This record gives sequence, structure tokens and C-alpha cells, in this order.
Amino acid sequence: MVKKIGIIVNPVAGMGGRVGLKGSDGEDILEKAIQLGAIPECPNKAVVGLCQIKEYKGEILEIYTYPNEMGEDEVRAAGLNPIVIGKIESGNTKSADTTKAANDMYDIGVDLILFAGGDGTARNILDVVGEKIPVLGIPGGCKIHSAVYAINPKSAGKVVVKYLEGKVKNLKESEVMDIDEDAFRDGILKARLYGYMKVPNENKLVQNMKSGSAPGEDAALDFVSRYIAFSLEKDVLYIMGSGSTVRGVMDKLGIKNTLLGVDLIYNNQLIANDVNEYTILTYLGKYNKAKIIITVIGGQGYLFGRGNQQLSPKVIRKVGIENIIIISTKNKMNSLFGKPLLVDTGDEELNDELNGYAEVIVGFGESVMFKVVS
Amino acid sequence: MSKAYIRKNFHEARWDEPMIYELSTRKTRGILVPEVEDEIIAEVGDVASYLPENVKRKTPLLLPEVDQKHVLAHYIHLTQETMGANVSNDLSEGTCTMKYNPRLNEALSLNNNFAELHPSQDIETVQGILEIFYKFEDIMKEISGMDKFSFQPGGGNQAVYCAASVMRAYHESRNDTKRDTIITTIFSHPCDAAAPATAGYKVITLYPDEKGVPDYEALKVAVENIGDHLAGIFMTNPEDIGIYNSNVDRFSELVHSVGGLCYYDQANANAFLGVVRAREAGFDMCHFNVHKTFGTPHGGEGPACGAFGCREFLNKFLPKPTVEFDGKKYYLDFDRPESIGKVRAYFGSSGVILRAYSWTMMHGAEGLKEVAAVSVINNNYLEKLLLSIKGCGEAYLGNGITRQEQCRYSWEELFQDTGVGTDDINKRINDYGIPWYWASHHPWVIPQPMTLEPCETYSKCDLEEYFETLKIVAEEAYTNPEIVLSAPHRSASHDIANPEDLNDPAKWALTWRAFLKKHGDQYVKVK
Repeated sequence: MVKKIGIIVNPVAGMGGRVGLKGSDGEDILEKAIQLGAIPECPNKAVVGLCQIKEYKGEILEIYTYPNEMGEDEVRAAGLNPIVIGKIESGNTKSADTTKAANDMYDIGVDLILFAGGDGTARNILDVVGEKIPVLGIPGGCKIHSAVYAINPKSAGKVVVKYLEGKVKNLKESEVMDIDEDAFRDGILKARLYGYMKVPNENKLVQNMKSGSAPGEDAALDFVSRYIAFSLEKDVLYIMGSGSTVRGVMDKLGIKNTLLGVDLIYNNQLIANDVNEYTILTYLGKYNKAKIIITVIGGQGYLFGRGNQQLSPKVIRKVGIENIIIISTKNKMNSLFGKPLLVDTGDEELNDELNGYAEVIVGFGESVMFKVVS
Repeated sequence: MSKAYIRKNFHEARWDEPMIYELSTRKTRGILVPEVEDEIIAEVGDVASYLPENVKRKTPLLLPEVDQKHVLAHYIHLTQETMGANVSNDLSEGTCTMKYNPRLNEALSLNNNFAELHPSQDIETVQGILEIFYKFEDIMKEISGMDKFSFQPGGGNQAVYCAASVMRAYHESRNDTKRDTIITTIFSHPCDAAAPATAGYKVITLYPDEKGVPDYEALKVAVENIGDHLAGIFMTNPEDIGIYNSNVDRFSELVHSVGGLCYYDQANANAFLGVVRAREAGFDMCHFNVHKTFGTPHGGEGPACGAFGCREFLNKFLPKPTVEFDGKKYYLDFDRPESIGKVRAYFGSSGVILRAYSWTMMHGAEGLKEVAAVSVINNNYLEKLLLSIKGCGEAYLGNGITRQEQCRYSWEELFQDTGVGTDDINKRINDYGIPWYWASHHPWVIPQPMTLEPCETYSKCDLEEYFETLKIVAEEAYTNPEIVLSAPHRSASHDIANPEDLNDPAKWALTWRAFLKKHGDQYVKVK
């Protein structure tokens, strides 16, 4: 059987980093980066990753890519022969080209898309492929927050080879983060969970997984979600936050879940999906007791203020800090090692009250104490 | 000038040895047992008829059928394919306290006067070994400050389980039945979380502060949150990363203040023998891994013993029987109505106690202190050497705290630079005759970890051999990473083909029968 792989390189990813611009999203910033003498680094990183593909020893491999600097040049530089598809305006590529490339490759039916870029590139690809086909990123951006990347370019190539050879079979859902680069340039990190893509589950070579051959993330998630589903109290309104860990609990209960939104449940029944702050406050007026169940977002460690703004200061105060249940997996907590949990509710006073230590449930009857700062 | 010898031309035996079941040929026998003589049959009839029907097998026992010569060859081959304790530079096994096991103690345990004893014998006939149990208990009491010991637990984990059971029995005896949660720390041995969890407790784990010491502020919040549900704390000190928590007495004080009990896992006691005691640190219970710290063979090479000790107020809950002395003779006390019962058959692994008693008496009180001192000096010497290797760091590097008897190193820098990680280095050192080292318990908290524990029995040359070998391998990672990534080249067996299969219970096979069941269709018979 022929294996097909799609290669997309974002030639301008990471250009802002070296010249201190923290990212290259936005055309004026890119121009500024070039004026400051930035040279493209992403293509070189892509070549390093692609060189590993020569080690592939499986059946026939077809490599699909976009013209010139969007993959063709890098694939050839790595000593591989690509099938070039699509059209670009060389020297003036835009994010729409990434989207188009992902779309074409999806139509061709590639087994995996290997892309080189940053958080923005990942978002563009997610918009097209979602969780429909596996992807993996070669880290080429200047500061990457998404978890869909290998730990370095070489590892990316290695993981892809292992995947294509059938040595890594499992896929895992990994977070794609949406960073506000304008704010980041001003020293404010505003990251929000944008969505999930599926990446080959190779513990050692993919980001945010520092643990070795411990039980897989699936088993870990199963323990936590079973425990929470098992210990939900009667006659309490549960406000279920976003993210795949919370979804695990909803799956155990057999309730439809909004991955990137907030849902309400009561006595194991769905009250409402994907609610906004107003709706939550309305329901809080109807029920005597409520609890919030949230998870830790990706490698960031955010509890509030990233991707769950519906859980506003008003909502949190009404529910009460003591009624916040935080759930996660051990691996996720260990990937934060040395970093605290973060809160950014937009209300300084509330942030201060949330600071200190929080208990995070990480297994069946197992939890950890973690520092929280704002 | 170092006299360290680097085994650059090492090669381990590789026998490509089949499984014993694959050597099996139907009706082959190692020993032909004589037929029962007619007179005996006439006298006793069919021996099997004495067995009740419900204990008789319905199908024949599936055992390999192999002759003596091939059984002997098979197992000798397997022993040659290991780098066992006492014959190699096995300071590799951090947290395991691998030290030399004096031959004299092995000779003692093989002596017929001891080896032929059976724990079911009348106590009048085993006064000698009971005396050794009793006297070794006195030694344990003195080293720890506890008032009473049981040697029944068959290892450290079982001692911790025993402690969780005693903790519950104590709270229940006071009609305090809501205490369902225990606290531990992330770098304590994982059994401090796992054993209480097995006993039914909820577990809250504390992470360390920025210096790598268990975070007292986090403990305060946890204690407040748990309130009167707190049963107690289980902790190791120094922890498995080699850092001693000098606040430990404040921890025990705080837990006591809300009615909890304190358990000291002394798996890492080699750091403090004769220097600090569980009692002075405020603990109510503790255990020693006798098979590690007190010089008896460890792991696959011999049985274990988790000596479990407690203060007088918990004595009545200890497993039964205990070994006692009435002034004239030694006896077993089964009359302990509040005991948690038995955690294991009989009253302890006597081979371990005999060797450990002999080992301790050889050292004397001052000798024990010296054991701790030399272990710590060895570790600090090795630490200074290893941190000079490019790519090698350690957990909480530069925190200003002197490491105790072991260190958790990190190859993260080397991994980032070269793509060669700790698992790869671990395989490559085999090519230089060094056994596999202990990376870390799971899940890894410190990235690319390596935990080494150079006990008191290793010489300066041993430490330098270890350092020089790791230095060579780290240099190879920078100059010729492929040779490390494809290692081992000179050891008994190659790498695991698909390591991720280890995460898949559908593929595990712990017995031959399970193997045939799960993989029989892909298995090509040797014969």
C-alpha cells in the first residue's frame, strides 16, 4: 500500500523571534522583522526534520508538498523527491496559502500532514483538517504554546517515520493554542485554547510529555473521569468547563459535551450546552448549590481566563472559590513542573483570592497540591 | 591519577537461549523416580485417594519436560546473561541501596543448623533464631527510637501497607472513622501513595518548593482543607532525589496537631544511620528495608524484609505473632486481640534477619554511622565528577543543598543538544559492562532522569569508572549519536522492538500459557 504524506512549510514562521518581536503574525510585523534583519529560520528547521524521512523503510512513500519555499525547496534540500501541487506567489505567501495547502492535501487523502511553523500555522491547519487526519509540527515558530509539535525538528521527522512504518499506532488529542501576539509583544501572554488536533502518540518525542513509559494518557484520563463521574453530588448544578479532560467526565456520564465551551448539568442530566456568562448566572439563580469543574489548559497551566471567559468573576464569586473542582492528569501536571497554575479572571481582587495552593484531582481518589499565581 | 579501569572491550555472553518451555520434549525426565514398591502399595493403598476430590487436578500439570543437563545449561546461560549484584559496578540502582553483601553472611545462611529450620517447628527447637529476631529488634529500636517492631512484612511496600492498616486500626479504636485521606510528597517512594491507596485511602501529593524540598506552605493548606478527614502523612526523607527535608519535624508537628499520624518511610536510611532517628523527627511509625540498608542481598537475588516499627501506643495493632522473651525463653505471642492480623505467613524472612543481624554486629554503632558518612561522601564525590560532563545536570541544580546518599541527575541538556536521552545512554553503558541504571519512578517529574546511589562499599575507582564511562557515552552522543541510539551492541539482548507495547495490557504475557494465548498465532515453534 502506498503511504502519502503532506508537507507544509510556513517560510516566515519564527522570524520575529530573533529580532525580539515575539511572533510574526500580521503583515506589518513581518515587514518590520525583515527590516530588522530577520532571516527565515523555519525552512532550515524543516530541512533538519525532513532529512529524517530518508530513514523510512516502509512501503512506497509519496511526498506531497506546495511549491518553492512552502515545502518543495525544503523537501529537495533534504534529498527527497516531492510531488508538487498547488500554486503560490513566491516571496509573498500568506496564511491563506497554508489553509489551501492543507485543504488540497486533505483531498488527496494523505496519511499525515507534517508542517513546519508556529502557533498560527497550527491554527490555519486546524481550521481545515480538525481531527480528521493526523498532523505533527516541526517547531519553527519563536515561542510555541501548542502541543501539536515534536520537541525538536529532528524528533518530528523521527516520529513521522515511526508512524508511517506502523511503529507508533496511537494518536492523541493535543491542544492548539491561540496566542494574541499583539499582547504578547507588550509582555502579556494571552493564550486561549483554540482546538485539538490528533498527533502520533510518541511519549518521548512529542511536546508536553516529559514522562517515560508510564500508563498512557488515555488510561490516566479514564481514572480521573471515572472518579469525578462517580463522586458527583445530587442536587448540585455542575458547571462543566472546556477541554478534553472535562469532556472525559461528560463521556462517562453519557452527556453531550461542548469541547471548547461550558455546559451545565444537574443530577446527571444535561441542562444546557455551550452557555454564556448570562445563561450561567440565570441558572445560578435557580439552583441552591453549584460547583465548577475545570481543567488545566495545556502546557500553560491556566485555570481561568483562557478559553473559558464565560466563567467570569461574577460566576466564580456566586459559586464560591471553595466549590471549584480542578481536574487533570499526572502527566499534564508534571509537564508544568516548576511552573505554577495561573489565573487571570480579569478581576484583581478575585485573582488574589484564588492565589495560594489548589488541590488538583489527578486520579481515582488521588490529587496533588499545586501553587496558583495570577 | 585515577586507577579506574574502563571496559572498552567488554562483551556479555549471548546464548540466544530459548524459553524453558521451548526446550520441552514430551516424556523426557530429569530424574526417574522409582516406582512404589508392592509392599508399600499393599500397606497404604492408593496414596492419591487420601486427597479430597476437590483438590485433585483434572488435567495434567503443564510443566516443561527437560533432562538434567539441559536444565542446568539453560539456567547457567541465563545467569551469564545478567550483570548481577556483587559482580559488577551496580551503583546504577539509585533508590535501591545496592551494596556489597559480605560472603560470610551468605555462608551463615547456608549453614545447615539454620537452613534446615522450618517456621512451623516447635518453638522449643528454634530458640536460636528467635533470639536473633529478638536481638535484631532491639537494634532496630535503638536505631529508630521506636518501641516495637514486626519483621513480618515481606518488603518495603508491604511495610507501608501495614502502616496504613495500623493507622486505620488506631483511628477506628478511637471511634474516629471519618479519617479517609493521607498526604505524601511527590519525591517520596511511590509506595507511600500506592500502599495507602490500596488500603482504601484517598491520597494528596505535595509538590516541592523551588529548592526541591517538600513545600511546608502547601502542607498547611492541605491539612486545613482535609481537616478531620486526615488520617496521616507518609513520607520518605531524604527523598528519592537525594535532598533532605530539614523541616521534617515541623511536618510531623502540624499533622499531629490535627490528630493525624506520621509514617517515616526509611528506604533511604543509608544516608542517616546513627545520625538521625524517626522518633526525634516526631514520627509514630517507620520501616527499614532490611534487605537494602543492612547488607543482605536485594531484589532478584534474595528475599526482602520491611522491618516495621511503631511507638508504644500503636504496639497493640502490630501484625501477629510478635517475638517475645519471658526472661527464660523466647516465644511467639499470638494473643493480640487488636492486631491488624497477618500481612504474611509466619513471622518474617529469617534468612534476611540472620544476615542483617550479623552485618550490623560486624559494624557496631560507630560502624553504622560510618556507613552513612561514607555513602554521603561517595555520592558527593560522584556528583562533582558527573556535573562536569557536558549535557549532564541534576534536579534542582544549584539550590545550595548538599545531596545525601543519592542524586537524581538529568540528561535534558544532552537530549536537547543531541536527541540522545536517558534511555539511550542507559543502553549504551551496557556496552562498557555497566548495568542498567535507575532512571526514576514513574511518571518522570525530572526530565531525562538518572538516579545513582554509590553506597559505602564502592571504591574511589568504582566511582571513577562510572564517571569515565558516562563521560565517554555523553561525548559519543555529541560526536556519533547513532552508536548510542542503536545501543546496546555488546550485551546479552537487543532493545525492545516496540516499547509502546509495554503500555498495552492486551500484549503482556506473564506466563507461557498467557503468551501462547495472546501471541500463539504468530509464534513459530523452535522445534
